Amino acid sequence: MLLPLAGLLTGTFLDGRSADNPGGASFAPGLALDLEGGTQIILTPTTTDGSQITDATVAEAINVIRQRIDANGVSEAEITSQGGQNIVVGIPGKPDQDTINLVSQSAHMRFRPVLQTGYGFPVAEETPSPTPTDAPADGATDAPADGATDAPAQGAPADPSVSPAGRSAGSPVVLPAADGASPSPTPTDDAAATATASNPSDLAQITPEIQQQFDDLDCTADGALVGRGGDAADAPLVTCSTDGLFKYILGPVEIEGTNISSASSGLVPGPNGTVTNEWGVNLTLDSTGAKQFAATTERLAAFGDGSPQNQFAIVLDGLVVSAPGTNEPIRDGRAMISGSFTRDSAAALANQLSFGALPLQFDVQSQQEISATLGSEQLQKGLIAGLIGLVLVVVYSLFQYRTLGLLTVASLLVAGVITYVSITLLSWGMGYRLSLPGVAGMIVAIGFTADSFIVYFERIRDELRNGRTLHFAVQHGWARARRTIYAAKAVNLISAIILYFLAVGGVQGFAFTLGLTTIIDVMVVVWFTHPVMELIAKVPFFRDGHIASGLNRARLALTAAKPRYVGAGRVAGPETIAEEVAAEVAAEVDEEPTEPALVGAVGRTPLPAAATDESGRRLTIAERRAAERKAAAGTENEEGH
Amino acid sequence: MAGFSFAAWGNDLYTGRRSYPIVARRKRWFAVAGVLAIASVALLLFKPLSLGIDFRGGTEISIENASTTAQGPAIAAVQAVVPGDEPRVASVGSNALRIQTVTLKDEQVAQVKSALADAYGIDPATDLSVSTVGPTWGQGVSVRALWGVIVFVLAAAAFMAVYFRAWRMSVAAIVSMLADLLISAGVYALVGWEVTPSTIIGFLTILGFSLYDKMVVFDKVRENADGVLDQTRTTYAERANLAVNQTLVRSINTSVVALLPVGGILFVGALLLGAGTLRDLSLSLFVGIAVGTVSSLFLATPLDVALREREPRIAAHTAEVLARRAGAIDDAAELNVVGSIASQLRPGHHLGQAAQPRRKR
Repeated sequence: MLLPLAGLLTGTFLDGRSADNPGGASFAPGLALDLEGGTQIILTPTTTDGSQITDATVAEAINVIRQRIDANGVSEAEITSQGGQNIVVGIPGKPDQDTINLVSQSAHMRFRPVLQTGYGFPVAEETPSPTPTDAPADGATDAPADGATDAPAQGAPADPSVSPAGRSAGSPVVLPAADGASPSPTPTDDAAATATASNPSDLAQITPEIQQQFDDLDCTADGALVGRGGDAADAPLVTCSTDGLFKYILGPVEIEGTNISSASSGLVPGPNGTVTNEWGVNLTLDSTGAKQFAATTERLAAFGDGSPQNQFAIVLDGLVVSAPGTNEPIRDGRAMISGSFTRDSAAALANQLSFGALPLQFDVQSQQEISATLGSEQLQKGLIAGLIGLVLVVVYSLFQYRTLGLLTVASLLVAGVITYVSITLLSWGMGYRLSLPGVAGMIVAIGFTADSFIVYFERIRDELRNGRTLHFAVQHGWARARRTIYAAKAVNLISAIILYFLAVGGVQGFAFTLGLTTIIDVMVVVWFTHPVMELIAKVPFFRDGHIASGLNRARLALTAAKPRYVGAGRVAGPETIAEEVAAEVAAEVDEEPTEPALVGAVGRTPLPAAATDESGRRLTIAERRAAERKAAAGTENEEGH
Repeated sequence: MAGFSFAAWGNDLYTGRRSYPIVARRKRWFAVAGVLAIASVALLLFKPLSLGIDFRGGTEISIENASTTAQGPAIAAVQAVVPGDEPRVASVGSNALRIQTVTLKDEQVAQVKSALADAYGIDPATDLSVSTVGPTWGQGVSVRALWGVIVFVLAAAAFMAVYFRAWRMSVAAIVSMLADLLISAGVYALVGWEVTPSTIIGFLTILGFSLYDKMVVFDKVRENADGVLDQTRTTYAERANLAVNQTLVRSINTSVVALLPVGGILFVGALLLGAGTLRDLSLSLFVGIAVGTVSSLFLATPLDVALREREPRIAAHTAEVLARRAGAIDDAAELNVVGSIASQLRPGHHLGQAAQPRRKR
């Protein structure tokens, strides 16, 4: 129970939230757009293939953006179209560049063979020869120190000693993710090859114009590193790497991003099964993609190490993310992209790829801070109202359960503290943000949580009415209440889980809150309320049923009502289990000989205590003798001590 | 409260000394629920729920170079032209405002423009732009939410059927939950407030709470009906009725505890704050929780009994019990079997001469 609190403390200590670390931990949970305000980004879409922008394409783009944001945590971004053209994205807080890329990049990924590489910045002497002498596979090259570039699009720091393949040391290779023993399909040279080229790697594709374009390309120039889609799929492409250090001439597209079936980020495995500290993106291709990929890697592997044509480039929005070399054909359609990734940029790329390419590219038109859409007075007054309600709840439970009501209040407090801490932790850990519906959800959760205690207390009272002593009433009551509580909470949990995975946006946030409070509620009942109740049952004030304890037997015991006399000097219990209860009670009496007999019958003279048990049932002679023997044994034991 | 003790009342309900014939009068409750449901459908047909800006989109007015970024004047300006609308105002940057309203007609836009120009001291020609705004809660979100709800209801029904080992019970729970939703929607339509995303979330909460509450009550019914077929004293219906009576105290306590905070927000929201997230949410919650708690007792359990009495085993058992009861009124010997199931006592009935107390000498 104290674990989350400790976690929050250390988190706050080690990773405090401050102006330059908005994602850090703090003692206040993050708030969503409607409570805190945030940033409004207006995007103007243009299609990549020159077609008209329709409402349908805008709606599709909104869906893709929403999925990407939702996959990043529950922050309930607000996405809407404006004027039928623009897309307005409201993101709570101050989003960083990664988040904005996530929203605005179209994530067209394509695989192209490399024809030629060079440095992406103007070199003082000569333009690089078509086949650079320092082959990328030779490892580290002497990259000049003035290789400073614009902010790289992937948010990764430009490493001054990056080789053209985008790795700081060693030769980058595409690794087969597993030993695919599937037979290699015959490579098909289909329409991807142009008329003049025998295959996509053919250097004959480099026309003088393309060579000129390549020589003139300066990746450090402003605007050179803006991702742009719309590169023609069946023509060579001249472009830069995302960090601006290298430029490439690439062959026609061999594999389209639409053939990627799933993508995830993770640490790159090292050569002999070790794990390096480098982040990468795992791709799984569908069957078409896998077939094509096998053919491509087979062809490229034949070029051998050291040739630029041994590499194939992974192109995202027209820029090369990485250009690994190929050692062997990869036939199972699983690849790993490594390059200048940080943990966050790898996750962002995987996220973009899994939710598909947008049919559009966007220009960020404006980016402005926006105030909370709900006045802060709304939240304040809402909280005050909720507090007033809570005070009334306290008063009511004290009226209903007397001192026992204090336990309800204490349990609610514990649940409240745990909920607050969890939400704060989650807003630090996974970007959860509390919106007003979320706050209201918590206030409703008061009812759900209190219900667990009410069900429990009522069961205990039922057991007392059956004539059990408090100690056993707590045990039996708990056993029966537990089942009801678990079953009912299971329904809540089912609803939370299903809504969380199927719904989007605000509904997802609601489901998350519901699931969280349900789990906390069960935790509190099992690990706090019930143990405390067991302790309380030992306190004389409660055990003997003081009038103010809420467990007053005279008020609860059956005998307070008219006894249900069924003849032969016997009183029947109200339940099917009357017999069973009577037997158990008799056993309990044996265990607790000090308990005063409970016969507070109104207008009825009780039988002598020794002759009846708890429920007023007459003991048989044998039972009475047994009890006497037991009592005698007990006193002997006490003397012996 | 004079002469009435809650605890004593609870005792009497528990023992069956005082018992309200809730299940026996089920036709009455079904009629009430049916009338309310039909009334709700009629209401929703004749006075459909008005969808808010989040679902339909609307008009967006942007102001630049405003003298102040206070939100009050903008709300007042819009409401002067379109009474009853709840514009959403946010300040953008340091001196600009974004105002979103329902779709306005051209002459309304002109009126709002002039009102805003006066309020913020701006030139309407240069500092004011009007465009349309799309729904934030578009078709896609609604469809996904609906799918989620459908899958959840099916999953919950399956869970209940397995847990109670009786599909009729889960049908009873789902049907009464749908009635709760319908009646709550009817009340919402009656009040006539706009439907916002908060309302939808409120209704989802109702759905969850309603099923949760039925689960608790049905668990008591299950407990009481355990082994009901192994005896011939009471029928399934009487057992279920005892369960409802025994749950009354818990249901009252729970609904009071759940309604107090929600009620606080509702009154503060409706009286002090006017329109907004809190008001919509708390209204749907308040109505839903109240209806849901009542329907667990008066609709779900009677419905369960009505359905399960068609179950061949239970039907046969009920007939047998009633036949025996008719023939066994004076069968004192059988009534004296101690520890057999205590039949429910009804005021004015007694168990025959043999059950009278005798003083032993």
